[in-house]
Amino acid sequence: MPKRTDISSILVIGAGPIIIGQACEFDYSGTQAIKALKEEGYRVILVNSNPATIMTDPEFADATYIEPITPEIVAKIIAKERPDALLPTMGGQTALNCALKLDEMGVLAEYGVEMIGAKADAIDKAENRQRFRDAMDKIGLESARSGVANTVDQAFAVLERTGLPSIIRPSFTLGGTGGGIAYNKAEFERIVREGLDASPTTEVLIEESLLGWKEFEMEVVRDRKDNAIIICSIENVDPMGVHTGDSITVAPALTLTDKEYQIMRSASIAVLREIGVETGGSNVQFAVNPKDGRLIVIEMNPRVSRSSALASKATGFPIARVAAKLAVGYTLDELTNEITGATPASFEPTIDYVVTKIPRFAFEKFKGAANDLSTAMKSVGEVMAIGRNFQESVQKALRGLETGLDGFNRVPELEGAGKDVITAALSRRTPDRLLKVGQAFREGLSMEEIAAVTFYDPWFLRQIEEIIAAEREVQKNGLPIDAPGLRRLKAMGFSDRRLATLAVRSVGVAGGLGETQAKRSGLLHDALVAMAGATSEDEVRALRHRLGVLPVFKRIDSCAAEFEAITPYMYSTYEAPSFGEAECEANPSDRKKIVILGGGPNRIGQGIEFDYCCVHACFALGEEWHGPAFETIMVNCNPETVSTDYDTSDRLYFEPLTAEDVLEILRVEQQSGELVGVIVQFGGQTPLKLAQALEDAGIPILGTSPDAIDLAEDRERFAKLVSKLKLQQPENGIARSRDEAAAVAARIGYPVLLRPSYVLGGRAMEIVDSEAQLDDYIATAVNVSGDSPVLIDQYLRDAIECDVDAVCDGNEVRIAGVMQHIEEAGVHSGDSACTLPPYSLGPDIIAEMERQAEALAFALGVKGLMNVQFAVKDGVVYLIEVNPRASRTVPFVAKATGQPVAKIAARVMAGEPLSSFEPFKRDMPYMSVKEAVFPFARFPGADPVLSPEMKSTGEVMGIDRSFEAAFLKSQMGAGMNLPRTGTLFVSVKDTDKAAIVPAIRRLIEHGFAVIATGGTQTYLAEQGLAVERVNKVAEGQPHIVDRIIDGEIALIFNTTEGWQSLMDSKSIRQAALAGKVPYYTTAAASLAAAAAIAAVGPEQLEVRSLQDYYGI
Amino acid sequence: MADPASSRAQPSGATGVLVLADGTVIWGRGFGATGSAVGEVCFNTAMTGYQEVMTDPSYAAQIVTFTFPHIGNVGANAEDVESKVEGAVGCIVREDVTEPSNFRSIEKFGEWLARNGKIGLSGIDTRALTRRIRMSGAPNAVIAHAPDGKFDIDALLKRAREWPGLEGMDLAIRVTREGGEQWGGGAWTLGKGYGRAAFDAKPHVVAIDYGAKDNIFRNLVTAGARVTVVPAKTSFDEIMALKPDGVFLSNGPGDPAATGEYAVPVIRALLDADVPLFGICLGHQLLALAAGAKTIKMHQGHRGANHPVQRVGEGWGETSGLVEITSMNHGFAVDAATLPENVEQTHVSLFDGTNCGIAIKGKNAFAVQYHPEASPGPQDSFYLFEKFVGGLG
Repeated sequence: MPKRTDISSILVIGAGPIIIGQACEFDYSGTQAIKALKEEGYRVILVNSNPATIMTDPEFADATYIEPITPEIVAKIIAKERPDALLPTMGGQTALNCALKLDEMGVLAEYGVEMIGAKADAIDKAENRQRFRDAMDKIGLESARSGVANTVDQAFAVLERTGLPSIIRPSFTLGGTGGGIAYNKAEFERIVREGLDASPTTEVLIEESLLGWKEFEMEVVRDRKDNAIIICSIENVDPMGVHTGDSITVAPALTLTDKEYQIMRSASIAVLREIGVETGGSNVQFAVNPKDGRLIVIEMNPRVSRSSALASKATGFPIARVAAKLAVGYTLDELTNEITGATPASFEPTIDYVVTKIPRFAFEKFKGAANDLSTAMKSVGEVMAIGRNFQESVQKALRGLETGLDGFNRVPELEGAGKDVITAALSRRTPDRLLKVGQAFREGLSMEEIAAVTFYDPWFLRQIEEIIAAEREVQKNGLPIDAPGLRRLKAMGFSDRRLATLAVRSVGVAGGLGETQAKRSGLLHDALVAMAGATSEDEVRALRHRLGVLPVFKRIDSCAAEFEAITPYMYSTYEAPSFGEAECEANPSDRKKIVILGGGPNRIGQGIEFDYCCVHACFALGEEWHGPAFETIMVNCNPETVSTDYDTSDRLYFEPLTAEDVLEILRVEQQSGELVGVIVQFGGQTPLKLAQALEDAGIPILGTSPDAIDLAEDRERFAKLVSKLKLQQPENGIARSRDEAAAVAARIGYPVLLRPSYVLGGRAMEIVDSEAQLDDYIATAVNVSGDSPVLIDQYLRDAIECDVDAVCDGNEVRIAGVMQHIEEAGVHSGDSACTLPPYSLGPDIIAEMERQAEALAFALGVKGLMNVQFAVKDGVVYLIEVNPRASRTVPFVAKATGQPVAKIAARVMAGEPLSSFEPFKRDMPYMSVKEAVFPFARFPGADPVLSPEMKSTGEVMGIDRSFEAAFLKSQMGAGMNLPRTGTLFVSVKDTDKAAIVPAIRRLIEHGFAVIATGGTQTYLAEQGLAVERVNKVAEGQPHIVDRIIDGEIALIFNTTEGWQSLMDSKSIRQAALAGKVPYYTTAAASLAAAAAIAAVGPEQLEVRSLQDYYGI
Repeated sequence: MADPASSRAQPSGATGVLVLADGTVIWGRGFGATGSAVGEVCFNTAMTGYQEVMTDPSYAAQIVTFTFPHIGNVGANAEDVESKVEGAVGCIVREDVTEPSNFRSIEKFGEWLARNGKIGLSGIDTRALTRRIRMSGAPNAVIAHAPDGKFDIDALLKRAREWPGLEGMDLAIRVTREGGEQWGGGAWTLGKGYGRAAFDAKPHVVAIDYGAKDNIFRNLVTAGARVTVVPAKTSFDEIMALKPDGVFLSNGPGDPAATGEYAVPVIRALLDADVPLFGICLGHQLLALAAGAKTIKMHQGHRGANHPVQRVGEGWGETSGLVEITSMNHGFAVDAATLPENVEQTHVSLFDGTNCGIAIKGKNAFAVQYHPEASPGPQDSFYLFEKFVGGLG
């Protein structure tokens, strides 16, 4: 069936900000979908509030709305654009929920918009627990014993049937928010209450526990002629009980016989048919009892998902692209498999390698939250690795995680521990359980003992056991000195670095630790290393190259080599040389090539923004644009990204971003053609960390030199440069003792900002006002000594923080954007809201920042992107820091200004002068606000407060003609629904009291009632404001938290200073978070919120496309 | 750097070898049975079902390269066996076989192979071998396993070179039953295993065994038939004496043209007598030959569980153009260009357009090149059994 001609315009809903459970995989899917629909000549209208996405680049959709994804706003877009169809399956749960709501509201009927891809009824049938169960019963598939409850009493009635432990899942939440496993009745009641609360329909499903069962996923694609294919099977190494997004998974399934696999295959297709997913990709999850194969259907997602992104990258089959084409009427047989170019999309990919995915977590950012994994997803990113066997695959994944692992690193806290301690540790579902399994083998536990507590399949456990046994061999005997011996280890996935760690130098080649010593090798190994020195990674590499033990590159071709692949999508492996040399399929071209190193797994602080930059580098350099086309070569290991799509770069290596792996790729690429250089400045810290190793290996680095980047990050080198340029930094100093600290603080003058020098990302940072507080900080928060000095900075109270992004080519500096933060200095820049252009800074201040940025760019020799952070206080501009590389703000600047900043920078790095590009447009008749989005709701126990440590997972943008409207949109996009009226609770620190008055006055005039705690109430009353007093928590009940829990509070302004005040108010923030009450923890943001509430109601908001704003 | 594994020089620890007729020597580790076996090297891209593949008589005189690296994970059991006669003579895998992990496993894959006289070879770059087959065709070779690592490469090479190859070889006669048999097994279900056939069922299907997979008979039973299996060389009269409502032509190994020498006259007679016919794989090729078409040896064959086949031609109604994902195993194909007027093409491969199904116009006689009985592979095409059995008397 050809494509439909009765529709001509299609609305695609994106997934909004990056949050836990919904990350950049939906940028990948949305971008593919939009490209696919445009290819077919449809007019595509996109709504997505996330500016850091590729899909919102103005050249993709015909009309791009960076607007909040709320049904009301999307209804306005529909009214304006009048699309014929709505594709709701590309934007995760956000898009599905929004589409369902639009259907319910009658908007789709009113404007004659047809839902394509999945109909409202199919979505409901898949998502509504009871309807789904009924559907499964109908087709003879078993579901877990369960029941639905809308109240706690109903829940206890269901519990009679299911028994404990029991699994609670709220309906219609993504990533299982609010769900959990209850082992006793008290836990049960708590989780049910949370779940009812989290569910938009106040509904939870209570299920019999399938803990310990094996978990599988099937990725299915179906077309409207009822052709159905399985793209990939996925087996979870973590058994049931851990959310699949938090599970270590492998593809394909490895522990099923064909008979079991076919049952699952047929069941998956039957599920799609019964649910009524007419076209597109879906994911069906199963639990299998390892004892008898009993199969239970867990759930299905009638849309593309994180798993479909994984399946796409694992097989090469572009699920989202195909799903989009199917949605407009094509059938699978009419579409080509783009990987082979010769066969149709109607087949089932088969693979000849093993794929492992390992999630990455950020528990360290959320102190107070337990690191137990359960059915609510908590991971912030993931790594995927490909090897020719499971061992190679899993060890590549471990080192690709970039959490300091080189493989199965030791777990020191279990070294020498008793069996009881180890089994107890293994029984907890924690993020590092895989490593603990390795350690358990080291400590002598048997496979059976480990299986009994982890329920990991014995197959995987034996594989790990073999890895640990091989490690022991190396510890005992040193590195093999022959090629086959070393190749055997490399084929098991050992990194050079891990081998270096295992092989103590003095015994590197001959002899070694005795058998007993090797068994208890941990501490002893440390001692030997201390005495003899460790083998270095370079030495292992040298040995490996001397012996000719080199990886080869194989293609991911969707067909296990049955057909020739035309797409150079590759992974490395250590292959047996069956025909002469081991067969390498890289076939590097003779072109001029540029390698772009990606950002690896998403994490807080390094997410989609950097992938965006890498993708833009590929786009800019891959074709003739202000310069010749280069061959672009992408290296990355994050399956969620657009950068790892097969058609983003000319060549794609899906590999861990370690020096070893990257150097081997470059070795092969340099065999032919000319390696013009490597771009390390676009992927965040990940590639930057490799710059030194690349330089040492004589690899050309494009753009700003790594030394300049280091200069900007080295406190002392940078201070010299600043003084040479006569720029002003906040006063600062370093102290190595309490007395030194007091002296430095006295010199600078209180308040000062204190932080330990050895932690990155602003942890344990504190503002102190007096010597007494300084003593307190030194006594409690840090350990000050010669080895771990404390850094002391002048604290610029109430200073305005700014970001400036610029591009420099060595001769010219162009300012791309100046952003003013809304939160004052002291909140991590990634967590601050900001505006472009600045909403309250004078032109002279802006000009001064631009002047300083320019001076810095020249002084550092920047060639490419640069980001400078300033603080402005009392008309003085202070330089905070410079990052001569891509920054998190680049996509926002690009979207807010309509300039392809990253693309231009990439071209500049490749040698084009800035003068060949049009000057950046600087005057915008509109305002853009970026707001950060936080995952606090996922981490009960953690304090949901902003601090110098970054905690946000993503961002949204609000764009409108006025600051107030843009700010309101940014808040809506971030899920903060500002009230129109109700009771405001205020409790602010003394220094904020004066500042907050106008906001309170404005809201009272607007009809708000205001309550406040003692000091704030007194102050506001003195200003003539009618404010009621409420008890602080410490003052006894009834207090403010009671009022919040009872739903009496609509809005909270709560600022604090110092530990005590912060601790006192933690319960307020937690109650607000739980009750979904909008709350602001800085005065500046409170003022902005008040201004927005007073100035504009959500119903008055207008929608406009980027193309319209840009005048294109 | 030249690697010893590709030369005659035997690397230490090599206990298995594959010697191609062109002189290439590929060293690895042997497992399963010891000794040596000659055959054509093919590749199979299925990721599950290795035990079914190894017991499929259509693989007689073949050495199967599994493209999926981990083979043997789920061990071996007594159920996943497609035939008691000779199947593949050996297999080539990338990874050493692991301890099995599956509740159905009763034996390690290697031990099972040894018991069944099949040789395994691991530690091979199976992808490189597959690419070689794709580019230069399926080679003849000898696979050998000697735990002491002692091989007479010259003798193995001589044997590989002297082996005549599959073209022109009638292998059905080697793997068919010696006598007739009332088929007694039914479909497999989880937890219950194989069912029993009802011996009083109607209609009655006589199945000619050219090297059949048992699951075909089980599927016929599931579709409602009573099945009598007869040897490949059963005559027309002997078949008719069994009073069949329909005759089934099974899969099997070797060159259809060679087997056709005795099979085609029987099939022609059945066609002339208007006996309903259904063929699978070799049975499909024999029906085509009987109808006057020709078969050809394919370059690399189709072997796997992911092959798309499209319904084409008249008579499909609403399901015209539907794609079935199928299990395939054939190295010969019906040349669609030679199909006579009275034969309709019903299915084609979407991978390369080769013929995958035919129907004789005006008769209840049809056949498919692929394996609707699955095992291993997708079960999308069970309807064919229903169609055949449902259309009988």
